[in-house]
Amino acid sequence: MATIRLLSLILSVLLTVTLLWTQSGECNTGRRSGDAVDTDFSGFSVPLEHSFEVDDVPRFRLRGALQLRGGRENSVYLSQNQLSEKDRSTLKDVAAVDGLYRIRVPRVSLQVDRQTERQSEGYLTTFVRACSLVESHLSDVITLHTDVSGYIIGISIVTIPGSCRGIEVEDEVDLEVFNSTISVVAPVTAPAPETAPYIERMEQEMEKKGKNPQEQKSFFAKYWYLILGGAVFLMATSSAQTPPGGAREQS
Amino acid sequence: MAWLVVRLAISVSLLYAASAVFEDQVGKFDWRQQFIGKVRFALFDTHSQASKKLLVATDKNVFASLNSRTGDLFWRHVDKTGPEGHIDALLMYGQDAVVVVGNGRLLRSWETTVGGLKWETVLDTGSFQAAALVGVQDLVKYVAVLKKSAISLHDLSSGSQIWGENLPDSDSVQYQTIYSGENGLVFVLGIVPNSHIVIVEYKIEDGEIMNKKSVEAAWMSSLESSCAVVSSGILLCVDQITQSLYTLPLQSAEQTEMRQIHLQMLDLEVASGFRPVLTSTQPNPAQPPLSEFFLQLSPDHHILLQFKDGLIALLRDFSPSYLAAFATSGERTVAAVMSPKNDTACSINLFSADTGRKHLDTTIIYHMDPNGGKPNRLYVHAFLKKDDSVGYRVMVQTEDLTLTFLQQPGRVVWMREEALADVVTMEMVDLPFTGTQAELEGEFGKKAAIQDGLLPMVLKRLSSQFILLQAWLAHLWKLFYDARKPRSSVKHEVTIDILSRDEFNLQKMMLMVTASGKLFGIDSKSGTILWKQYLENIQPNSVFKLIVQRTTAHFPHPPQCTLLIKNKDTGLGSLYVFNPIFGKKSQISVPTLPRPVLQTLLLPVIDQDYAKVLLLIDDQYKVTAFPSTKNVLQQLQDTASSIFFYLVDSSQGKLSGFRLRKDLSTELIWEVVIPTEVQKIVAVKGKRANEHVHSQGRVMGDRSVLYKYLNPNLLAVITESTDTHQERSFVGIFLIDGVTGRIVHEAVQRKARGPVHFVHSENWVVYVYWNSKFRRNEFSVLELFEGAELYNSTVFSSLDRPHAPQVLQQSYIFPAPINTLEATLTEKGITSRHLLVGLPSGNILSLPKMFLDPRRPELVSEQSREENLIPYAPEMPIREEWFINYNQTVSRVRGIYTAPSGLESTCLVVAYGLDIYQTRVFPSKQFDVLKDDYDYILISSVLFGLFFATMISKRLAEVKLLNRAWR
Repeated sequence: MATIRLLSLILSVLLTVTLLWTQSGECNTGRRSGDAVDTDFSGFSVPLEHSFEVDDVPRFRLRGALQLRGGRENSVYLSQNQLSEKDRSTLKDVAAVDGLYRIRVPRVSLQVDRQTERQSEGYLTTFVRACSLVESHLSDVITLHTDVSGYIIGISIVTIPGSCRGIEVEDEVDLEVFNSTISVVAPVTAPAPETAPYIERMEQEMEKKGKNPQEQKSFFAKYWYLILGGAVFLMATSSAQTPPGGAREQS
Repeated sequence: MAWLVVRLAISVSLLYAASAVFEDQVGKFDWRQQFIGKVRFALFDTHSQASKKLLVATDKNVFASLNSRTGDLFWRHVDKTGPEGHIDALLMYGQDAVVVVGNGRLLRSWETTVGGLKWETVLDTGSFQAAALVGVQDLVKYVAVLKKSAISLHDLSSGSQIWGENLPDSDSVQYQTIYSGENGLVFVLGIVPNSHIVIVEYKIEDGEIMNKKSVEAAWMSSLESSCAVVSSGILLCVDQITQSLYTLPLQSAEQTEMRQIHLQMLDLEVASGFRPVLTSTQPNPAQPPLSEFFLQLSPDHHILLQFKDGLIALLRDFSPSYLAAFATSGERTVAAVMSPKNDTACSINLFSADTGRKHLDTTIIYHMDPNGGKPNRLYVHAFLKKDDSVGYRVMVQTEDLTLTFLQQPGRVVWMREEALADVVTMEMVDLPFTGTQAELEGEFGKKAAIQDGLLPMVLKRLSSQFILLQAWLAHLWKLFYDARKPRSSVKHEVTIDILSRDEFNLQKMMLMVTASGKLFGIDSKSGTILWKQYLENIQPNSVFKLIVQRTTAHFPHPPQCTLLIKNKDTGLGSLYVFNPIFGKKSQISVPTLPRPVLQTLLLPVIDQDYAKVLLLIDDQYKVTAFPSTKNVLQQLQDTASSIFFYLVDSSQGKLSGFRLRKDLSTELIWEVVIPTEVQKIVAVKGKRANEHVHSQGRVMGDRSVLYKYLNPNLLAVITESTDTHQERSFVGIFLIDGVTGRIVHEAVQRKARGPVHFVHSENWVVYVYWNSKFRRNEFSVLELFEGAELYNSTVFSSLDRPHAPQVLQQSYIFPAPINTLEATLTEKGITSRHLLVGLPSGNILSLPKMFLDPRRPELVSEQSREENLIPYAPEMPIREEWFINYNQTVSRVRGIYTAPSGLESTCLVVAYGLDIYQTRVFPSKQFDVLKDDYDYILISSVLFGLFFATMISKRLAEVKLLNRAWR
């Protein structure tokens, strides 16, 4: 397939993006980040939509429903439909022209109590190459990313395996049911400098040192033989006559 | 025992990393240039004839003394940035310079010879209006400071306040100027715009109000811009609407109206739309100003007028004239006027102020730089010659912030390029080959090889080799010739013509873009400015982006750089294409950009002339290619499906990815939205395009390999929380793939605040933030690894990398605030990396990346020792020997630029801020270069000795063998 182009030409874009530093005053609604309250255990559902078209103009259709459940342990469950006969052939056609398979979810918050506060405006989209989806027999891994307050900020989809080798998928049955793995990822807390364990370790070292009787000896007690040797050596050299022109060193 | 091992490990690692400059290496490959910025006040020290001092105060909050013979700095005081350190006024009397700082916050007196602070007084609050020296009986004793609602008088020798008074009706009257003549009174002049002037007289001794009067002046809106005091206390104002001058004696009690004098009576007329300017002079603050003054009627028309007995007389009409200034030496005051001579030169002439007569033989010819701006300020230093005639020197400041100091008959004594005090962005470009080198290169050109046969090729080869030999001999001869001369007389003048690439490509061309719109080409070895180009009509809030489209590697095509100039408010941009070596504007036709530019993208796709293709994306997501030849468009069509780019909209917290279509339109393929209610995107950084990574992985203690996650499309996005409470504020770090929009990693640094500085390189991100809980700066490092196995070792594709990388992170305390952060860069990426940290103290710290390694273990193990990992310590050390710029501090360092050299061990570093500092760093020491003090004699004598020893022993062995054979 000519479409398997190495993507080494893909470039990260280099423009210095000028970012504005204006602080908007009304932003802070007194909300605390992170400490969510488990108010609703039933969760709610949002549609997961997908689009794959030969002309590459996105037309999103329902793929399934995401059952989201907020709280301390964000959980998600995906119930999805089978691909119809027509969809399967379209998907194969799209894969043949190296088209994209796109998915999108609406922007929502996992915290149910905030649903009413802000209706979703717009979607989060991502894509995967249709050929890799076909070649992996619809095995995809979808990840929803949330920010600290539980808003979904991004979605990603990868197929396993992810490559497009141009393998013909003969069996139509392979393209009927999605074999999806879905998860929600919240930001991890970055570590702060670990001073406490370090100090603890230091103290342990000190204690160890203290217990060891050999270490307790004073400086003279430990190195008396060296000092004595040095002193004897010095005396021996100084008793010998001083070499002439000793001041020359300074010049 | 373990502790001893830890300490040993640390000391060994430090030994390895220690890299300081030896005393005899100072200045050998580094240089620093100090700048002051745009001059706002300049005063020549006229206290004594032999004085060389020139005091300047600039918009960069710098107060300095220049040597007027050489242009060098005697001393320089750099105050705080922003309005806190803003210099409001500079007054000079004798050896003292009085400065008002920070909108009237501080009053300081400096000793001008050594730049020592004599005294400092904190003034009462209130916005600063004016300051003046006040004299009593021919002696200047006080300095008066006028605030919005108060006036205070301070002793000039101690700074102590003599008296301070509140101004009457200060809520309705805007007090703007202050005047003091000879009669023991201080006049404070205020105005109610378009109504009347208020004049308040204060007694110098105790601040008693002697008189207060108001005078009708319905036409006047500002005192400062339209009035001046001339002669013995005559207030003179000019109004362009009625085309007349108004006079008012300040002291007279009876006159309650300003006297109007029509300019028509003097046959004068103000140019339409121009605000006339009055310039008077008061040579001695204890005496009234002179009765002569300049009136500027249009941008190139000045008139010298005299006020005498209530009448105004015309002394001389200067038309055309650009600039005019007064100067005083002893008792004589002169006026210098700059008038155009021809297209490229101006002439400056001296006139006596009291008569307007021209002084003979006083012309200075000022040649205007064709690549520079127009002159806009003139400072005159007048002095008395031995024959009692007046001599003078002038300092001209131009629009492009060049200070030129001239003396008769037009000799440029020195020049300062103060635009370099505000470098915005820079690049380093390789120098071209010399003619002979290019000849040799050209020999192997494709066309030549096909056309010529074998014999001509051989001849060509021989001839070029002969040329090389000739050049080498000439070089040797020059070396020999120079060696015989004393060292001081050998001039190292650098000109563009002799510039060529050196053996190790250590000398490069530094391209610097300054905020004022002036471009510079600077030789990186010596710091000599080789070319400069002023771009006119640059908006003050422009954003610049410098792109190297073609390097010097494509002889005979000249190198090509493109500067994108973008207006920050409208987003509209324009392109300026030039040759980076000679600074000449290129003749290539440039696409016009009618719509705001959102993003630029330099592709590795090259056109037939070896110029890389630049894509410009406008606000309708349309793409413009530059250059846009047929060849390029064809290539773009072929590769369109693999060209991706991203856009950031920080106001909506939106990151979006696009893909190029064959018809150069784009399609949205991914979107990530970070809600702005919680956090704001403050910075997005990709990796540098010219970065090489030598090793794909790290060898672990157990000899297995941990592979790095080297995604060239990875973006590091830094956000800051909108909640600034110290317990709830945080800094967010997102690592996003720029092609697929996949969030590779997402972390939150709690209780942290900006400003965040960060470096994104190889497989790591290092960022610095402010820990708001513990009130300290902290470093954090993120490293990404693929794991023990590589998914696809031959090529990296963002579209085919399904497994998320392992992310390791560790944080450290950094015991200093920082200004900027950058990483070293070398040719092949073999040399270990260092981080260059610009500190507010002006030092640049070279911090080994080894200290910022998330795999630093808590407890030392056999394996970690095998791997040379330093045991974890929460505090990052700062060692003085890590300062790469020893005592050459860089004031207000704002950016550090690193560039690889031809030597793998060497990285070129330029730090810029108020000053510019260039040096080389050797992160892994100079492993590929012999040391400076390498003992050539010893090694060659040993070699020769061994050689002779073998010869002799061979001979002896032969003799011995022969003898044995005979036996």
